[in-house]
Amino acid sequence: MSALGSWWSSSPGKKMVMAVTGLILFAYVFVHMLGNLQIFAPNGREMINQYAAFLHSDRAMPLLWGTRLVLLASVVLHLWCALVLTIRSWKARPKGYRVRRYREASYEARTMIWTGPIIAAFVVFHLLHLTVGNTGLPFVHLDAHANVVKGFQIPWVSVAYMVAVVMLLLHFRHGLWSWFQTVGWSHPAHDGLRRTLANVLTGIVVVGDLSIPIAVLAGWVR
Amino acid sequence: MNLTLHIWRQKSKGDEGRFQRYELKNISEHMSFLEMLDVLNEELIGKGEEPVHFEHDCREGICGCCGAVVNGTPHGPRPGTTLCQLHMRFFHDGDQIVIEPFRSAAFPVMKDLIVDRSAFDRIIQAGGFITVRTGNAPDASAVPVPKPQAEMAMDAAECIGCGACVAACPNGSASLFVSAKLSHLGLLPQGQPERLQRALSMIRTAEAEGFGHCTNYGECEAVCPKRISIRHIARANKDFHKASFALWSGSGGKASSVP
Repeated sequence: MSALGSWWSSSPGKKMVMAVTGLILFAYVFVHMLGNLQIFAPNGREMINQYAAFLHSDRAMPLLWGTRLVLLASVVLHLWCALVLTIRSWKARPKGYRVRRYREASYEARTMIWTGPIIAAFVVFHLLHLTVGNTGLPFVHLDAHANVVKGFQIPWVSVAYMVAVVMLLLHFRHGLWSWFQTVGWSHPAHDGLRRTLANVLTGIVVVGDLSIPIAVLAGWVR
Repeated sequence: MNLTLHIWRQKSKGDEGRFQRYELKNISEHMSFLEMLDVLNEELIGKGEEPVHFEHDCREGICGCCGAVVNGTPHGPRPGTTLCQLHMRFFHDGDQIVIEPFRSAAFPVMKDLIVDRSAFDRIIQAGGFITVRTGNAPDASAVPVPKPQAEMAMDAAECIGCGACVAACPNGSASLFVSAKLSHLGLLPQGQPERLQRALSMIRTAEAEGFGHCTNYGECEAVCPKRISIRHIARANKDFHKASFALWSGSGGKASSVP
């Protein structure tokens, strides 16, 4: 087998692919969250609608479609590697224990394989709701402000969104810390910082994302 | 103290196996866990029954022979000890104790609590050594090794190859064992020339033996009788990727091509 082929088929190779694609997806979620926070500006309606118009302008087309392609490729690779590795781990212990105890494995770590697909399913809904606009929920093309506000004013839409953010919280908390181990960034002097960094980055995304539906439901943004 | 044991009994590799319940009376709290099993076995032999088979050798926590999963934890409830060094004072009168063999596709159960860990031997054969004769121990200052590196290598070298890491890992991964061996040799000057090739060979062999992958749960570190850190797994990953890159870029995975 070629060097690249055997790297790809190895578990550390697949984990590295998951680390790289996971980081791309995290970075997107982070930037997306920052973009959305424009809704809180004094002229939030204009700002976010201008932002939406810019992203759909001819000038930004390569950026928009480039980002979409990279994200799609990342999602596909991330899911594929997760699937292959999970099947491998099932095969590695065909017979389980009568008494099963966890000492160190966090709830987040043990539920990665469930929070991942839930997030993926929500992303499909999120795209249909706010990008395609065919869910039957209020939607006007390029009126991002109205789409978000009218959508989040419906309680179940906000609740679904907030549940998805909690899934992100769980997935990122383990994923970001785990990232350092997988790519091999470890040093006795800095190892403590890895958890802190993962928690801080996750916290920023979660607070930023949750603030929007909460602000809409509270009537601060309308 | 009086105890109720639920022990996995399995006649042979092909046998289905089942849990068997035993009542034990008047166990001294000063006994080790294996001595408690010795008492049980004497009773069983007296009754003409087959004793419970378990592996053991030094009984002082350094050989890596013993090990079973006690109430869901490899080597039992006390962190940083092997099963032979676990004493009955850590249990209470009337306790129910479930004793199971290490479970892994790569560690087939041979009989009762004895598993075949020769997969570990094959991983060592794949690269867990230094090929040249290193001779006698060099003079203390002849080969300078920085203190932090020496400490880390010694920590990794504590691995006794018991397999508890595999038993505890929800993925049945041998990453802690493999990485301990890689750090133990890869942090010292004698281990440098073969460092990358060693990482490739040992990690690939572990995978071929049917061990799972690492998802950084940390369960291995929690049950390791020598408290080896998962930090070594990060190091092993790095060496594996470096080696793969060196192979791909045509330098054949030789350490000399990688700074």
